[in-house]
Amino acid sequence: MSDSLPFSTMPAPEGTGAASASDNIGDAPARAATADRRTPLHALHVARGAKMVSFAGYDMPLQYGGGILAETQHTRRAASLFDVSHMGQLDVLGADADLALERLLPADLVGLAARQQRYSVLTNTAGGVLDDLMVARGPQGLALIVNAARKDTDFTHLQRGLVGDAQVIMREDLALLALQGPQARVVLCRLNPRIADLFFLQQDIFTLAGLPCRVSCSGYTGEDGFEISVRGSDVQALAEALLAHPEVALAGLGARDALRLEAGLCLYGHDLTEHTTPVEAGVVFAIARSRRARGERPGGFPGAERILAEIAGGPARLRVGLLPEERAPLREGVRLFDETGRPVGDICSGSFSPSLNRPIAMAYVQREWSITGTQLFAEQRGRQVPARVCSLPFVPARVARS
Amino acid sequence: MSELLFTEDHEWVRQDDDGLVTIGITDHAQDQLGDVVFVQLPDVGARFGKGDEAVVIESVKAAGEIHLPAAGEIVEVNATLADEPALVNQDPLGDGWFLRVRLEDPAALGSLMDEAAYRAFLG
Repeated sequence: MSDSLPFSTMPAPEGTGAASASDNIGDAPARAATADRRTPLHALHVARGAKMVSFAGYDMPLQYGGGILAETQHTRRAASLFDVSHMGQLDVLGADADLALERLLPADLVGLAARQQRYSVLTNTAGGVLDDLMVARGPQGLALIVNAARKDTDFTHLQRGLVGDAQVIMREDLALLALQGPQARVVLCRLNPRIADLFFLQQDIFTLAGLPCRVSCSGYTGEDGFEISVRGSDVQALAEALLAHPEVALAGLGARDALRLEAGLCLYGHDLTEHTTPVEAGVVFAIARSRRARGERPGGFPGAERILAEIAGGPARLRVGLLPEERAPLREGVRLFDETGRPVGDICSGSFSPSLNRPIAMAYVQREWSITGTQLFAEQRGRQVPARVCSLPFVPARVARS
Repeated sequence: MSELLFTEDHEWVRQDDDGLVTIGITDHAQDQLGDVVFVQLPDVGARFGKGDEAVVIESVKAAGEIHLPAAGEIVEVNATLADEPALVNQDPLGDGWFLRVRLEDPAALGSLMDEAAYRAFLG
């Protein structure tokens, strides 16, 4: 699951990867335009001291009183509640839903069991990524969760691309919460003991605090945790029921971005774009076995020729982890060179890791420079800053597998 | 010790009794930056022109700079910030100061805002 950056201070428009995050200190984050939409929890965020920012057309909490460092550390230590209701929830319904959607993405939907959820990508004919998403077998059909900034585009893409008896519906009536962290399971089991049997990438319908919810064991932090789809009219009651537990604190989009980077997860518009393939991005698991060269239904999705060729032969460039060897964060758009000064790649995400107390980054580099331990040099403010290629994630995943 | 003057870039400047000025960022600036995690300070003795970038401030989410409000020479830097960058958030007008500078022309600060004007500027 990914989402676009919450920061109005990030000048790079989606997919260009051209600009750094550098910003004059005086440039305040843009105040939410009056046109910005609000999630059903907007009043709760404001009442609990959130600093709100305009993001993907929504007025969203960047952080609460504690700040990004404290919220990130709390998530790794206890449990954090994130309002991610801005994300798109799309249902694909109809007798032909599975095969119709398989024509647009490389997941195995025919083989998707009732309690299962999968990560996948909508691809274009060049093998680039239009969006990344989670797809689950919902009560009425396939339930998709897509990026906020892409949901209208995705909806139109599905409306046009679904064939036969298959329809896409935008579920504006639903909100989405994420409860993430090592205490998330303990807390949610107090609301419904059946949660104890829900493991990574499983999902089902549960009653929580008397409210019907679709709960998946998934998230965007690398921790054990859950994403909870609930009626918008019920989400405030559920949020307050969760926040009543001493382990749970609110966390904003700032901590969410720090956590996903530490977990080595892609952020659409930065690490995944229409110009990156899922193989280059290292999310090959998004391409189901059954859709690969010797699978039951090989190919048949946009860009399959390039994507399957890259799985077989390796891509020309790869997403890697990068550890800057100085204290300053290296951010998106920073160019990378070898020791002779030859350009070998670009940083796609970079920040300071609250958990590791050091800067971390992800970059696309040519394949011969992608080996762990390779020494590279980043050009930052006219200086060469050494940085070393490392494996991902930076913080080991602690998801609960069955 | 004089009262603080303010720039439109949310820096504060204090004219000290020894003829130097001390420079930091305002509470508004630190609040907008969020948790400061790294500060790159200039060398003592370095000279900067008006508007030159003398300091880089990195927070989790963004980078900011301090531009000198007038030309001068760096006399002292707050080296404590290298180990405790969070001082910028905790005490921006006090222990979170950045630079002490000998201005070429102390009268060059005449165009800066006083506290009342800065409050009005913040709106």
